[in-house]
Amino acid sequence: MVSMAEHTPAPGRAGGGRLAWAFVERQTNLWKRYWAWELVWLMYGVVNTLAITFIAKQVGNEGAASSINVSKLILFLLIGTLVWAYLSAVLDDISLVVTWERWEGTIEHTLMAPVPRALHLIGMSVFGVLHAVVRTLLIFAIAIPFFSIDFGGANWLTAAVVLAVGSLSIAGLAILAGVLPLLYPERGAQMSFMVQALVLLVSGVYYQVSVLPGWLQVFSYVSPATYILDGIRGGIIDGKSVTDTWRTLAALGVFGTVLIPLGIVTFMAAEQWAKRTGKLKRQG
Amino acid sequence: MMDELPLTAAGVAKTFGGGFDYGRLLPWGRNGRAAEGPRRVVDDVSFEIRRREIFGVIGANGSGKSTLIRIISTLLLPDAGEVRIFGLDVVRDTMRVRALINRVSADPSFFRNMNALENLLFFGKVYGLSGRDVRERSPRILARLGLDWEQALEPMSHLSRGQQQKVAVARALLTSPVLMLLDEPTTGLDPRSKRDVQSFVREVREEHDATILLTTHDMEEAELLCDRIAFLSGGRIVAEGTPVELRRMVAAGRPLDEITMETVFMELTGRSVEEDEEPQEVLAHG
Repeated sequence: MVSMAEHTPAPGRAGGGRLAWAFVERQTNLWKRYWAWELVWLMYGVVNTLAITFIAKQVGNEGAASSINVSKLILFLLIGTLVWAYLSAVLDDISLVVTWERWEGTIEHTLMAPVPRALHLIGMSVFGVLHAVVRTLLIFAIAIPFFSIDFGGANWLTAAVVLAVGSLSIAGLAILAGVLPLLYPERGAQMSFMVQALVLLVSGVYYQVSVLPGWLQVFSYVSPATYILDGIRGGIIDGKSVTDTWRTLAALGVFGTVLIPLGIVTFMAAEQWAKRTGKLKRQG
Repeated sequence: MMDELPLTAAGVAKTFGGGFDYGRLLPWGRNGRAAEGPRRVVDDVSFEIRRREIFGVIGANGSGKSTLIRIISTLLLPDAGEVRIFGLDVVRDTMRVRALINRVSADPSFFRNMNALENLLFFGKVYGLSGRDVRERSPRILARLGLDWEQALEPMSHLSRGQQQKVAVARALLTSPVLMLLDEPTTGLDPRSKRDVQSFVREVREEHDATILLTTHDMEEAELLCDRIAFLSGGRIVAEGTPVELRRMVAAGRPLDEITMETVFMELTGRSVEEDEEPQEVLAHG
């Protein structure tokens, strides 16, 4: 203990980056402790990627498409499943920010710490992105030997830039979804998964958006995942450069600029509401 | 700020439930279940805590102790009244208040699969401490609480309830709070752990410039530790004073040393401190 006269609130001395990084470190420690769960999700990701991509192989075997088109279809589905593995990992990690703390029983101690909520959520988002990158790269490394794919024309830089810019918008969307467990302690986590399911349906993960009924296609325009998939497929399948995909990047930039502040402000408003109604403590 | 009282509460009130019942809009209604009516959990509570004082709030389960602590901890918004910590309003100056306080609750609340050091590192860092600060301070505090350093490297789930609670006390002290909120810190502890925590609380007050708000329903603990005590019943403070002053209130000619604090509580509140005031399902708020 220090005397009150000497006491200077410590958070005033710590930089914002350091406060946010504390959440990254904590999540990394939890990730190491729950390694068996990570293994399960990795296995699930690999199996899901293989199961869906093999559909393209079957199309080829049945002679329903030329060999060039089959190769494209394999790549289309492979990118779809990998990008979805990445996006769903980011969405899970960030949107379960409250659910996870409730489950551990630490929510009150974490939320009463003198950390601005924006830094808390940014820290969780940074971990979510890093975690998703590692998991997706592992799935990619394990799945790729099952298919003979020519990546000769792929523009990896474009894919990386689209993923980086797109991650901002997905983080914003995940923070918005993370508000649901604050508002609805009993069913909020399931509602967050519903948001993921809707993104999966309308964003063209396993099919072109154009196959959707017209009224559903409207929703694909407001899903950042649609633009992420378009941009990455453009880079890897069609070899488009970063400048070729500027429209996609601009759209993702707008999504990120709107969704992150919107997510943080909405989360803070929901936290105030939970503090007014006593829902912060209530277990799910 | 330093001349202000560590804590002043004025007319604090909190009610749960009683909002619009959306269940009524369902075509199948509420299936015969009645909507939850409003419950006033904290009712016009006012008190002050002086510097370096241990102030006890005694009440049965459901009397409003934890709700009061949550309001002071900035985790609940009061419906009426105000709470000030060293002159700072807990609602308007939330971040500055949070830097001055810390809390130990009956439930230790840790990341169960992380070890004690990892937990302390996280909770220290979100209060602005560096990793080095935490590594330097933690062994000293844990040793004083009777916890070996080796145990700090075990996952929390491997520690006993008493050991976990000692880590919880260490977590609160690590951040050098000038006001410590102890919400039934010894509930469920074995007698030895209970003594360790109690003597440490006394030591914190004696040797450091700390003010402590302690809620408990353990009369012996309250008398042992507290300079002044408030009895909370039905969300209201029904009496407040030093242990001797409280005894005098009910003495009616009897010698003070023959009157137990339990008797004082019963005579002033009309109920036993062991008697729950609310059914278990609503105690989450109480």
